[in-house]
Amino acid sequence: MEPKTLFDKIWDSHVVDSIPDGPDVLYIDRHYIHEVTSPQAFSGLRKRGIPLFRPERTLATADHNIPTQHQELPIREKLSRIQVETLSENCKEFGVELYGLGHPHNGIVHVIGAELGFTQPGMTIVCGDSHTSTHGAFGSIAFGIGTSEVEMVFASQCVLQPKPKKMRINIDGKLGEAVTSKDIILYIISQISASGATGYFVEYAGSAIRSLSMEARMTICNMSIEMGARGGLIAPDETTFTYVKGREFAPKGQEWDKVLAKWKELKTDPDAVFDKELHFKAENIQPMITYGTNPGMGTAITGCIPKLEEIRESEQLSFKKALQYMGFEPGMPLEGHLVDYVFLGSCTNGRIEDIRAFASLVKGKKKAENITAWIVPGSRQVEKQAREEGLVEILEEAGFELRQPGCSACLAMNEDKVPAGKYSVSTSNRNFEGRQGPGARTLLASPLTAAAAAVTGKITNPADLM
Amino acid sequence: MTIDKFDILTSTCVPLPAENVDTDQIIPARFLKATSREGFGENLFRDWRYDKEGNPKKDFVLNNPKYSGKILVAGKNFGSGSSREHAAWAIFDYGFRVVVSSFFADIFKNNAMNNGLLPVQVSDTFLKTIFSEIEKDPAAQLEVDLEKQEIKILSTGEAETFAINPYKKLCFLNGYDDIDFLLSKKEKIQAFEQNRDS
Repeated sequence: MEPKTLFDKIWDSHVVDSIPDGPDVLYIDRHYIHEVTSPQAFSGLRKRGIPLFRPERTLATADHNIPTQHQELPIREKLSRIQVETLSENCKEFGVELYGLGHPHNGIVHVIGAELGFTQPGMTIVCGDSHTSTHGAFGSIAFGIGTSEVEMVFASQCVLQPKPKKMRINIDGKLGEAVTSKDIILYIISQISASGATGYFVEYAGSAIRSLSMEARMTICNMSIEMGARGGLIAPDETTFTYVKGREFAPKGQEWDKVLAKWKELKTDPDAVFDKELHFKAENIQPMITYGTNPGMGTAITGCIPKLEEIRESEQLSFKKALQYMGFEPGMPLEGHLVDYVFLGSCTNGRIEDIRAFASLVKGKKKAENITAWIVPGSRQVEKQAREEGLVEILEEAGFELRQPGCSACLAMNEDKVPAGKYSVSTSNRNFEGRQGPGARTLLASPLTAAAAAVTGKITNPADLM
Repeated sequence: MTIDKFDILTSTCVPLPAENVDTDQIIPARFLKATSREGFGENLFRDWRYDKEGNPKKDFVLNNPKYSGKILVAGKNFGSGSSREHAAWAIFDYGFRVVVSSFFADIFKNNAMNNGLLPVQVSDTFLKTIFSEIEKDPAAQLEVDLEKQEIKILSTGEAETFAINPYKKLCFLNGYDDIDFLLSKKEKIQAFEQNRDS
């Protein structure tokens, strides 16, 4: 038999039909939905007069548009409230399980899917959200889709997709102090650019990846889309199986033994060929931070913004425009630059390990006077666990408050908006113009780097505080 | 929802040479709160198009009366970032039917095609030529011929072919809809499910 990549194995086993010279009809095991990208798809079903084909494979949550304080009260903003209410009505009408506001399972779609064990190795997973790639950390094919495709999955449990090309990114070696999985992915994107993997599906491999926890792996796969990739996955191993076992939707008893045997086969064959293969050394990665308006514009925190002549001529215009927006000059160092806001949260870094990391660094220190900090758990379960572990007390002693779960300042659809011109060190995934509010200036970084900025009030290498 | 049929489009263009135009620029997240598909054109490129008080910014191309038409010509890596289909809806709702660039982000490309907005990928050199022709003459017209898969600058006759998946081409030419196609596969899908379970 011809050697195959893990991606090929999963994809091929989900092809229902192939259109000659066209896309494949790909069967979808898990479909996550939320309030922002689903209403028009439900309306489509209604217009056609058809039911939702496989409601048991769909799970809904309200996350993008919700406040992160006083969730027990009605949502104040009218349009947001209507959108969240519409989701509830649609789920009821079409028989979809909804973990809405106030439900103990509520949270960011990509956080709850994993923590409930609804996401499992070898599956195909979609959601009307580009960070669906997060679920690839379990050795599944997971990617974001548009609302028309959400309607396709509702109607047929399938999407039409051309098969992407395959890339493998190997990271070998040992990570240095204060270097996290967020730094790994920001480093990769800074090396290959925000469009460097467009058209590809990525497999992450190598000893540095193997050494990571599930949550750290999710952070890496989450940002695959930020280099243009359709998605990113990591072959499942003991770390994966241990994480999934016993979770709410995970198979139990004999069923567990049966699936485990299958999951252990989920790996790329030794001689399988990728369309592209890249190698990086973990030792070259330092705590990272972005300085521009796409996630590829990043540097080691101890480094400087590139000089104009270091940028390719065709990109100089965009580079200058980005620095002007950010209020930075070419060639300037970033360390020591004053910061106004710190955001810990999002589907990239809103999990319990992220809150632990932040708390470990701020423990015994005080929030800097000039900083407004938003610490937003990724789910109700994360919030609960942070309380049980005593992290909330550590945060409060240092002058921080834990808010309620949601997407929050990652995309600022709710009230959590960074004002124009203000600098925000953020653990989220995008530093686009206006992403955290009109005119907001976002610097992407790890939870440790965010914590370092929160207690010093400026861009600080977390290694200096550890 | 069926899409509009598309064969040949001849139109003037709106040039947007910026690279890496992400979907947050095309339609900022705070305008994603509608529950229908219509009306997003009003807020297309909102923060580039209007200032804080909602007044049009003179230096942005959509506010420049010199440029109009059904073809948006944009810099490399257009539509990166979020999967929001609202970006494609906004561009379509504003009146564009074709977006030309030298590179498109994957999800945006799918979303555009699912809504009758044709993404035409050209070479870097041809894109440069188009931009300089529009600069010389804002009334310069492009002809997009889907059957021939060709894009032509009418004033100079310079042309380039573009790629499109044959299935998607058929959908555009006939106004076919993916969901109708998938619904016609129901039996195969059910058979697939049964085979897996057994």
